[in-house]
Amino acid sequence: MSTVLSARHLNKFFYDPDKFQVLKDVTFEVQTGEFLAIVGKSGCGKSTLLYLLSTMDTDYDGEIDMAGTTLTGRSQNFLAQFRNEHLGFVFQFHFLLPEFSALQNVMLPGLKLGRYPEKEIEERAMEKLRLIGMADYARKPASKLSGGQQQRVAIARALINDPTIIMGDEPTGNLDRANSENVFRIFQELAAKGQTIITVTHDPDFAAGTDRIIEMSDGKIISGHENSHRQTH
Amino acid sequence: MNINIAAQIARTHLLAKKRQTLVAMLGVTFGIAMFITMISFMQGVNQFLEDSALDASPHIRVYNEVNTQRPSLIDEQKPGGFNVVYHQKPKDESARLKNGLQIAERIGREAGVLGVSPQVATQAFYNNGPIQLSGTISGVDIDRENRLYKLTNRLKSGSLNTLKTNPDGLIMGTVLARKLNVRIGDKVTVTTPTGSTRILRVVGTFGFGVGTVDNTKSYANLATVQEILQRDPSYITDIHVKMFDPLQALPFGQKIRAVYGYYTEDWATANTAILAGEKIRNMLTYVVSITLLVVAGFGIYNIMNMTVINKIKDIAILKATGFDGRDVVAIFLLQAVFIGFTGGLLGLAIGFGLSYLLSITPFNAGDFLSIKTFPVIFDGTYYGLGLLFGVITTVLAGYFPSRKAAQVDPVSILRG
Repeated sequence: MSTVLSARHLNKFFYDPDKFQVLKDVTFEVQTGEFLAIVGKSGCGKSTLLYLLSTMDTDYDGEIDMAGTTLTGRSQNFLAQFRNEHLGFVFQFHFLLPEFSALQNVMLPGLKLGRYPEKEIEERAMEKLRLIGMADYARKPASKLSGGQQQRVAIARALINDPTIIMGDEPTGNLDRANSENVFRIFQELAAKGQTIITVTHDPDFAAGTDRIIEMSDGKIISGHENSHRQTH
Repeated sequence: MNINIAAQIARTHLLAKKRQTLVAMLGVTFGIAMFITMISFMQGVNQFLEDSALDASPHIRVYNEVNTQRPSLIDEQKPGGFNVVYHQKPKDESARLKNGLQIAERIGREAGVLGVSPQVATQAFYNNGPIQLSGTISGVDIDRENRLYKLTNRLKSGSLNTLKTNPDGLIMGTVLARKLNVRIGDKVTVTTPTGSTRILRVVGTFGFGVGTVDNTKSYANLATVQEILQRDPSYITDIHVKMFDPLQALPFGQKIRAVYGYYTEDWATANTAILAGEKIRNMLTYVVSITLLVVAGFGIYNIMNMTVINKIKDIAILKATGFDGRDVVAIFLLQAVFIGFTGGLLGLAIGFGLSYLLSITPFNAGDFLSIKTFPVIFDGTYYGLGLLFGVITTVLAGYFPSRKAAQVDPVSILRG
């Protein structure tokens, strides 16, 4: 088991309206194939931490390494390329490009990466949509889908390039029980195949099923215990 | 950067919000259309005023300046003395150009000369019953004069050929004819300053659209005017020259003066006031054009800015899923090029339509301007300029906001 992500001494400040330290010297590592949940009260900094890890926020102190690459201090274009290849991200509120169909939304990161020809990307995208039960809505414009449906399409999009790490900010926040469980099962299977999953969640049941829970409070990690069932693996 | 994906996203953006795309295009369209219309019209007016003034005047006029100033003999003998000479008569000096016809022939053979018209010009009184008006009469070879001034186009009634067959014919300026209350076939008594009189018959009227010409001038046959003035058939007072290139007239005039020793006057000297006016009008055209383009440019900038700002969340999502800054810029540049180009083309079409409508709008300028509709110039250069400006402005207006959006962290957009 190798380290796929390491965060060292992360500090992050918000300056508006007042100077406020969101993250205080956060250090931790994630192993390949780990299914990780970050939990904590609202405002504890867990979403902010996830955004730093996702490379979409570069305004921080400390260092982040991922998949053998140091990501701190890289250019925007390098980070974009890195996200395209190694990261899948599911947002809490903002999901899809409204002008495009569900299928096109899933395909776009694949087309950008250009690892497969367009025909094959379309097939793979359909397969991902089928996986999360959205195949029937593939041709519908994203703007016509409900919040939950959009979130599921966003999950399919996060999977399209078989990323090293999948990150989700409340990835099941808009889903009903059945779909939530389906997504959870998909994540578990992906983790078993060697992809790493990092999610921020409020849902105690969701967190309870993961390999490890990192609990945060006031910008610090207060516990990072492994779940008991992991020992059975 | 993959231009195909960028093009696909740009196309989807444009097609998904058709109304917004159309509004952005129309922003470009109106700016360009107004620019085209204004500049075509203003340049048309400039060109028209210049043409109507310069067409009626020769590029070079060769004449003999009658200079009657001369000192008395005593003054010459005893300069500085207390000399008193009463009532000294000026010397009788003729306005004749010696060998005028031969000079005209030789000038006509020079390179760059469009035409030469030797003529006899004199002051004259026109009498019709009790009405008595002063003016000028020019004895010309009407074919040569026609070559210089395109008289065929200037004729309001009658024909030039009648003058050739009728030795007592007279082609009169329209305003002069109206003031004298004469029409084709009517007779007019012409009296010269030397006192001789002749009755001539009006066979045509012309209008240059220039008051000073139409009000005073008449054409008669060269031989007829020579007869009225009781001169011989070689008597010539003026030679009018037109060049192919008006600018060549200035050095050519100097040359004629040097060779033949007579006074020459070129068109630039004769029309100093008109040329000064033209400079002012050209300046006005530039100012108005630049103002229009600046206003249109800001309109375009605003619209493109809005287009990008409306898509700011999409930009964040694209960046989050791995599209880099160059992709984002390319997506919006492609949209800008499309909006600028199609909007610009539409603007050219509308600008052409408006200019055309203006050019067929009836306009009564009275006696002083010989036009029936507004003067408009259709010049491809302005259309090219307009399109170029439209595309460049739109592209710049799309580039800056999209580059700015491409540089920020996606999270700072999404978190907001």
